[in-house]
This record gives sequence, C-alpha cells and structure tokens, in this order.
Amino acid sequence: MKWIFDYLKPLSKRIAVGISVKTLGTLAELLIPFLLSYILEHVIAQNEIKRIVFFGIIMALCAVTASVGNVIANRMAAKTTMMFSTQMRKNLFIKTLSLSPRSTDRFTIPSLESRITSDTYNVQNFIGMMQRMGIRAPILLLGGTVITMLMDSKLALVMLATLPLIFIVVYSISRMGVPLYTKVQQSVDGMVRVVREDAQGIRVIKALSKVDYENKRYDKANRTLRKNETRAGIIMGVVNPVMTLLMNLGIVAVVLASAYFVADKSSSATTVIAFMQYFTLISMAMMSLSRMFVMYTKCAASAKRISLVMEEENELVLCEDDDKGDKSFHVSFEDVSFSYLGKKDNLKNISFSLKKGESLGIIGATGSGKSTVLRLLMRFYDADSGTVRINGRDVRSYTSEELSAMFGVVFQNDFIYADTIEENIRFGRDIPSEDIIEAAKTAQAHDFISSFAEGYAHPVSTGGTNLSGGQRQRLLISRAIAAKPEILILDDSSSALDYKTDANLRAALGKSLPDSTVITVAQRVSSVKSCDLILVIEDGAIIGSGKHEELLESCPEYKEISDSQMGGAFLD
Amino acid sequence: MTDNNIKTNVKKGRKRGIFLRLARYVLEQWPLFFPALLLTLGANQLSLLGPKYSGAAIDAIELESGVDFPVVFENVKLMIGCYVVSALLSYVLSVVMINLSQKIIYKMRKQVFEKLTTLPVSFFDTHATGDIISHLSYDIDTINATLSHDLIQVMTSIYTVVGSLIFMWKISRPMILIFALTVPVSILFTRYRSKVVRPLFRKRAKKYGELNGFAEEMLTGSRTISAYGREDEISSRFNKINDEAMDAYYKADYHAAILFPTINLINNISLTLVAVMGGILYMFSQNGTVLATSLFFITLGGVAQFVQYSRKFAGPINEFSNILHEFQSAFSAAERVFSILDEAPEKVDSPDAKDFCDVKGDVSLNNVTFGYTEDKTILKDVSVSAKKGQTVAIVGPTGAGKTTIINLLMRFYDAQSGEILMDGMPSGELKRSDLRLAFTMVLQDTWLFCGTIYDNIAYGREDATPEEVYAAARAAKIASYIESLPDGYNTVLSDDGVNISKGQKQLITIARAFLANTPILILDEATSNVDSRTEIQIQTAMTALMQDKTCFIIAHRLSTIQNADTILVVKDGSIIEQGNHAELIAKGGFYYSLYHSQFN
Repeated sequence: MKWIFDYLKPLSKRIAVGISVKTLGTLAELLIPFLLSYILEHVIAQNEIKRIVFFGIIMALCAVTASVGNVIANRMAAKTTMMFSTQMRKNLFIKTLSLSPRSTDRFTIPSLESRITSDTYNVQNFIGMMQRMGIRAPILLLGGTVITMLMDSKLALVMLATLPLIFIVVYSISRMGVPLYTKVQQSVDGMVRVVREDAQGIRVIKALSKVDYENKRYDKANRTLRKNETRAGIIMGVVNPVMTLLMNLGIVAVVLASAYFVADKSSSATTVIAFMQYFTLISMAMMSLSRMFVMYTKCAASAKRISLVMEEENELVLCEDDDKGDKSFHVSFEDVSFSYLGKKDNLKNISFSLKKGESLGIIGATGSGKSTVLRLLMRFYDADSGTVRINGRDVRSYTSEELSAMFGVVFQNDFIYADTIEENIRFGRDIPSEDIIEAAKTAQAHDFISSFAEGYAHPVSTGGTNLSGGQRQRLLISRAIAAKPEILILDDSSSALDYKTDANLRAALGKSLPDSTVITVAQRVSSVKSCDLILVIEDGAIIGSGKHEELLESCPEYKEISDSQMGGAFLD
Repeated sequence: MTDNNIKTNVKKGRKRGIFLRLARYVLEQWPLFFPALLLTLGANQLSLLGPKYSGAAIDAIELESGVDFPVVFENVKLMIGCYVVSALLSYVLSVVMINLSQKIIYKMRKQVFEKLTTLPVSFFDTHATGDIISHLSYDIDTINATLSHDLIQVMTSIYTVVGSLIFMWKISRPMILIFALTVPVSILFTRYRSKVVRPLFRKRAKKYGELNGFAEEMLTGSRTISAYGREDEISSRFNKINDEAMDAYYKADYHAAILFPTINLINNISLTLVAVMGGILYMFSQNGTVLATSLFFITLGGVAQFVQYSRKFAGPINEFSNILHEFQSAFSAAERVFSILDEAPEKVDSPDAKDFCDVKGDVSLNNVTFGYTEDKTILKDVSVSAKKGQTVAIVGPTGAGKTTIINLLMRFYDAQSGEILMDGMPSGELKRSDLRLAFTMVLQDTWLFCGTIYDNIAYGREDATPEEVYAAARAAKIASYIESLPDGYNTVLSDDGVNISKGQKQLITIARAFLANTPILILDEATSNVDSRTEIQIQTAMTALMQDKTCFIIAHRLSTIQNADTILVVKDGSIIEQGNHAELIAKGGFYYSLYHSQFN
C-alpha cells in the first residue's frame, strides 16, 4: 500500500488544491441546513420579507459555491486519478516486461495480465473515490466531534468511548478482508486462464466437440470466483451494520447519561437535543467511512499484488567480468551446467566455442536441452556453474541492452502481433524500409509479401493467424536479420519451410550476413549439415560434436538421424 | 426514412433494451430480490423508529418536574431493541444482496462464456484474446459493482422520495409547486447530460478492452520482446494505448462530474425557495392575508416539517445523480457484454440435420472455392476424393491454402461454392458435432490446457480407461518421459511451463489422437517439432494408427507422402498436380522439382 503514496507525492500540490476546493464546497453545503434552521427559528418569526429574502439569497450563494466547488474538485480528482493510474500502469507494464523469465514463469502470464488490468482498476477506483467522497466524512466527523466537545464535553466523551470499539472491529475485519480479496483476485486469474486458453485453442475444442467439457471447466473457475467473492462480501458486510450499531448504542449511552446529568443539574435538556442532531451527522459520516473502508480493503489486496510484481528482484544482476575469457572466440560455453527447477540438471557440462562468423548447429531429441543452450546464451537464465562468454566476456557482465543489441532471434512458434508486416519485421527498432525489404528478400519472404495487395502494409492478425506456418516463420526470420545482428539464433525456425525454400534461405543468409555467427537449432540434418560445428545433445549433455562428415563417423546417434532423413525426408 | 433516422432509432431501442435486459436479470432472481426489497423497507422503517424513541426519552428528561427515569429506561430499551434488530436486518440484507449480485454475475459470465464457445472460429481469428477476456472481467465487474452497491440505494431512494412526497402533499400543496418546477428541470438536465456522457462511457469501456487486449498480446510475447530488448518500444506503445484509455476515463468523468453538483444545486435552490416561500406564506397566514381555510395557509410547525421532508425528498435525488455515473459506466459495460451475447453463433445445424454415426470415412471435395474475405480467393475449384482407408497428402509451397482445406473439412469455415461429401452426404447437412467427432486433428500448433498430463491425453475421449490412456502415451513414445516426472501422469501442465518442450507437447497431442481413434485423421505437420529419432520410433505406431482410416496429411517426410494414395500439389490456391508418387515423378512437373530440390 505504501507505494501508492510514492505515486501520489508528485501530485500532492494538485491534490491539496483539489481537497481545499472540495472542503470549501463541502463547508458551503454544510452551511445550508444551518441557514435553514436559522431561518425557521429566528428569521420567519420576525415577519420581515426583506430579511427572509436576504437569507434566501445567502443560501442560494452557498448552494452555488457548493456546486461549483464540487464540479471543480471532482474534475481535478478525475485528472489526478488519471495521472496516477497512467503512471502506475505504465511502470507496472514495463516492470512486467522486464521480469526475468523465471519470475514470469512463477507469476504466470494470466496472473500478470490480471494484475495489469483488474488490479490496477481496483486501485484506480479507490483513488478516485477517495478524492470524490473521502472529504465530506472526515469534515463531518471532525467538525461534529469538536462542536459536541465544546457543547458538553462529558456527553461527548461518552460518545467517543464507542470509537475504540469501532476501531477494533474495523481493524480485525480488515485483517480478514485483505486475504479474502487476495483470494478473489487469484480466482480472477483462474478464470482468465481458462478464457485465454480456450480463445487460443478453439479449433481443437471444436474439433473434439469439447464445448461441454470446456463449459464445465469454465464453470468451475466461475463458481470458485463466485464463492470467494460472496465470502469476502459476507465478511465485509459485517462492517457497516456493526459500525452503525455501535454508533447507535453510543446514542443510547448518551441519552442514558444525559438523564443522570440533567437529574444532577450538570447538563441541560436543550443541549441534549442539539447534541443529538450533531450525533446523527457524526454517525452518517461513520457510515460513509465504512463504505470507503470496504473499498480500501479491496484496493489493499490489489495493491499488494501489484507491489509483488514491482518489487520482484531481478535475479539476473550485473556482474564483473573475470577477464579470464579468450577474446579470440565470439561465443563460448565453458563447462556450463544448468537446472530449471533445481532438481535434475537440464544441461550438463556443456563446452564449445565459436569464432566470429562461424556457424553452429544443434541437433538432438525433443526435450534434450537444445533450446536451453540458447536461453543461457541470451541470458534468460544464469548458469548454475560454468561460464557463458561472448567476445571473451562473461554474459553476466553485459547490460541487457548490450546483450539484446547483439542478437537476432527466432523462437519456436514465435510472437507475431496485430500490425502490418513491415512493423512486425521492424519490431519497433530504428530500421529503414530498404533494410526491411532486403531482410525479407534474404528470408525468402519478399515474394509472398509482394503478393498481398497492400504488400508490406498488409495487416497481420494477433498470433499471425492469417498467415500460414511457413509464412510466419519467414516473417520472423526477416525480423531476426533486419538489424544485421552479430549473432543470429534460429530455434527450429524453418520446420514449416519446404526444403527448397530452406536451402535458398541458408544460401542467402550466408551471403547477406557473412560476419554474423549463426546458431541453428533444428530437427533436420539438412538444416545444420553445412555448419562449422554441430553439437548433438542428448539428455542435456553433448554426445557428439564436430562437422557433418566427422559426426557421421564418430557419432552413431547422428548417423542414425542423418540416415533416416537423407532421402527419407522431403518437403512440406 | 433516412439512414440516420434508422440509426438513431436503433440506438434508442438499444438503450432501452439494455435497461430492460439488465432488469430482467435482476427480476429473474425474485426469490432474493423481493426479500431484499422487504428487508430494505424494514431496516429503513426501524432506523426511523430509533429517533422517535430517543425523542420520547429526551422528552422525559426535559420535564420540568425532573427526569422521569422509568420512561427514560423504557425508551432506552426500545431504542436498543430497534437498533439491534435494524443492524441484524441490514446485515441480512447485505448478505442477500451479495448473493443476488453474485448469482446474476455468475450467470452473465456463464452465458458469455458459453456463447463464446458457440461462436465461429472466425470470431477468435478476428478478436484479440485480451479484449475477449476484458468482457468477462472488467465489464462484468463494472456491472457487479453497480448491482451490489447501488441497487439497494436506488430502492431506498424510491421509497423515501415517494414517502416524503406524500407528506409534503398533506402539509402544503402550493409549496409542492416548487418541486413541480425544479424536478422536471433536474430530469431534463440529467437526460441531456446522459446523452453527452453516454458515448464517452461507451468509448471508455472500449478503450479498456483495447488496453487489456494489448497487454495480453504483449505479455504472450514477453520473451521475444526481451530477447530483442524492445521493452521500451513496446512500453511506449502500451503507454499510448494507456494514455488513450485514461483520457477516455478522464473525459467521461470530467463531463459526468457536472451532473451531481448541478442536481444538488437545483435541489438546494428548491430548499431556498421552500424556506423563502414558506416564510412569506407563514407571514401572510399570520397577518390574516391568507385565511386559515385557504390552501395557502401554513403554520410555523408546518413550514418546519415541510422543510424537513423536502430535505428528505432531495437527498435521494442527489444520491441518485451521484451514482448515475456509475450506472452509465455499468450500462456501457452491459452493452459490450450483450454485444457478445448477440453475436451470430456458428450457424446452427438445420433442424433436419442428419446424425453422422458409423462413419465409413469416404470424403470428397467437389469444385470447392473459398476465400476468408470475399475479395481474395484462397482455394479455386478444388476437387479431390478419398475412400475409406486412403491417404491424401497435400504438398506445395507454404501459404498455398493447405491448412484452408482442413478448415473446410472441419467446417470451421464454409465453402463459398462447391460441396464436400462425407460418405456421400453433403457435409453441410450433417450435425456439426457428429461431423467433427469423425475427425482427429494433430496440428503443428499444439494446444494443451492447464491441467494434468492425464487429463490432457484423455481429452481425446472422456470415457477412456486409465489403461487406454497409458497405452496411448506408450504408442506416442511419451510414456517413459511422463513416468520419469516426479508426479507422473498427474503432473500439472501450467502456462508456458519450462520443463516441457514443444516436441513433448506435440507427442502428448499425438497420444490424444491415438486415444480418440476416429475414422478420419488430419495430420497438419503433426511431427514438425518432434526430432527425427523419436519420429522414427513413433512411425510404426503412426502407421498402425492410420490403418483403415482416411488420412489427410500435411507433412515433410517423404516416407509418408510417398506411400500416399493421392498426392495433391497445391499452388496458389488450386491443385496443379494430382496423383500418386510414381505418377507425379513420371510427369516431371512441380512435384518432380520439389522432390529433387532436397538432393541439391
């Protein structure tokens, strides 16, 4: 919750002005009933039209001041709320994007998503509401208490005696409320997860006629959400009646006490009557405070979820280089081992080195750890032991900007978003259109792009669903090479290409990026066979390394794969 | 009628429709709603009784003869009773209201989701996932907030307004004229402002949807974004959308902010007029200008009471205009929710749609033409047939429309012309679910849901026994991997889990296909993510799976294609060559050149 104040601090002047205007308006508004009773009690009886009209005009002026004050204050509140939540969401989003993959995995994407949306809305609502409605109640409470204290301090103390009770109730319920609403938000995550999965897998669901099954699965999430929301509501629903009851019992105590005070002449009945009126005001203020309190609890739960992301520490800290690396190699792994979950090693003692402009092919069974090698090289994760180096420097000594500037990369089933083809290739970098076209030509994508009526301005839908698998891959390769990266990484990124296109692509790559070090992960021997170095990986360990011809001799597993494919493999 | 007229009429109808539809959701829950109404009345009535007893107690204190303690005690007891019962009632009321609103919200979510599953695939191809999620989270939450907080307030308001109006009528009819003037002004003003503000709230809900859509899309690609170091760039795009959404939020609030204070002003002016007019009338009543029998006659106590009731009367109107903007917000959200409920579903089966059981598996496409949009044809006049047990391989350059053929076979999309026959019957006349159940698809893009591995395999056939599930996993060569996991088949596959690769995911979907065991099989680059050694290992099983089944294959392994009964060479949307391997090689055409490209 504290971070909210950090965000409000720069807005404090604006908020102060807003609150002052609001206070002025509220005071003007509170004056109206006093004027009314004054007119009734003192003015009307005097039988003077002039005086009646005079006070009428004062009332009208108060009414205008109140309205204008409220309009201005509410608009200012809307503005501060806007500025607050723009900033909050902006920072949360960039923080979310820069989370390490390990943290992203731990939070899970649906949960991060609902933190950026649902949780920020909860906080935003509370901030807006506090400014609009949070002024009147404290003024009433404070003003009422002060006036009653002045009128009759003994009676006021009787009333104030209920306050500690109220605070105890509020405090203990808020302790229960925050975890309850945290649970609600967790079930929102669960619901979002099902919707997200189903929107992505609708074809499979329909193909298997699993609509009923999915409806049931969603229903389960929906029911959990309802259960948790109802439970939170039922518990939080206690606040208002209990608060009102305690306040009312305070009134009872005051009446009872005043009976004794009046009896021993230490108080007068008229003060008691006036006292009661203020008391009603105070209890109304308490009621509106209790509603804000419920909103606060909800906001606190969401704020906590947001701050967990904001405060997530980046475990990928920048380290000093040990200067032990060999600068003559572009990329090298020195006895690297790594485990995702800390149980079983996903990579064991991986060592290899590449000179600038050389190419590396990695081949191996599904789940053998090929992609993990790439993830360590790009420093998505840090190795548990051993060192990964680029240009002889430990990857941990590069800033993330330096690192990402070196790479062009295509992952399996990579990310394509709703925008034009050109923008998907450019991917927000400063790349001139000529380079984009050149990259597309190298990636064998130019022809199909040109076949669209709008060419490079052709809109691509989310996930590239309006492109075929092969078109997507070539688009992604265009993206990877558009900035002429030092290191090009292709993770199984030509599996949907036919052999002819694949071969053309490789030839073109060699020509247009002669100095780049290229790392290819593939299933097909033909995709890696011309590489300067090929690693055969099994169960996280290198079981063969060398050139194609060498491996055919030295690595039976490689030969087996190769034999099965050459002449056996074909096209797309 | 001009187009514009029609549009405005449609809009009007829509607005009224939204209100009625929301009201129907509330009324449907009458077993909760009517008790809630009664409880509201009861709690209100009791809270009014409390002051009455306290008044009586104070009267007993005020006596000149000293304090009458027995009367004070009596009234104090009554007060306590009232307050305790009233607190109980209002707690019960809030419990009832929470259940009421949760029931409604639950139902809405359920309806929207179930509606989504009936929508055609094209809906999901054209809508951002995050925007769809936004309907189910943000929009429905907004409706929820209004239902659970504001409904009670409105109900109480109506009660108070009507009640105080009756009392005011009894005291002084002429003074009511003031309200006859100011209330319509309030109503007209509210209506006028609503017209201005409604589109703003609609825009706000839409912008939030876009914001959620963008956030979802980009989070999905977070790994790529960080690999390219594009966080700042993507964030600045996010900021733009965020700014727009927040601007829409601000504009809606800015314009709505004038409503409440203005209504308040009108009310306060009414109060002023009441005080002034009451004062003047009282004066005239005193000095005899107005006769005691006249309608205009009023006593001082009458003025005081009238003022009190008019304050009661004005209060809820104020409150109402205050929450009106929440109502506006809820209306716009409801509009978006209803727009999904009103989406045209996938065409329902015609009433005479035939069952499609005991499928043989003869499939033929006759002169099928199709394009996703009218202006771009993807498939032109395609004809092909496959008898039970035959294998059709589809080859050709990427983007040539191979996957489209599958979309048509499964009836995810319907052909623009031509027909598809299943066992000799036009597929359009068959029940969709039966038709689809005749197929099993294994796609390049694997889809697994967050659940155990066991559930993901059994997804292919719900009534499968555990033995059958294990056998399917063994056939797909994934069993030993699964068994090596600490939780085995009960391992939960969570979002983008790190410990399972694309290839393993694909093997799980292949196991799912083994289990489903349907007469027709579609393999769309089914083993593209599986390494060749594993592929060789599952090849025998695949061959067994394909035995006696009609198969459509998009693949790059020659072995499967070579043995296909028919090979379709698709290029630029039409079939340019068709025949078996030997025939096509002999022909020396496009297939021939593709075939030889691998040896170069």
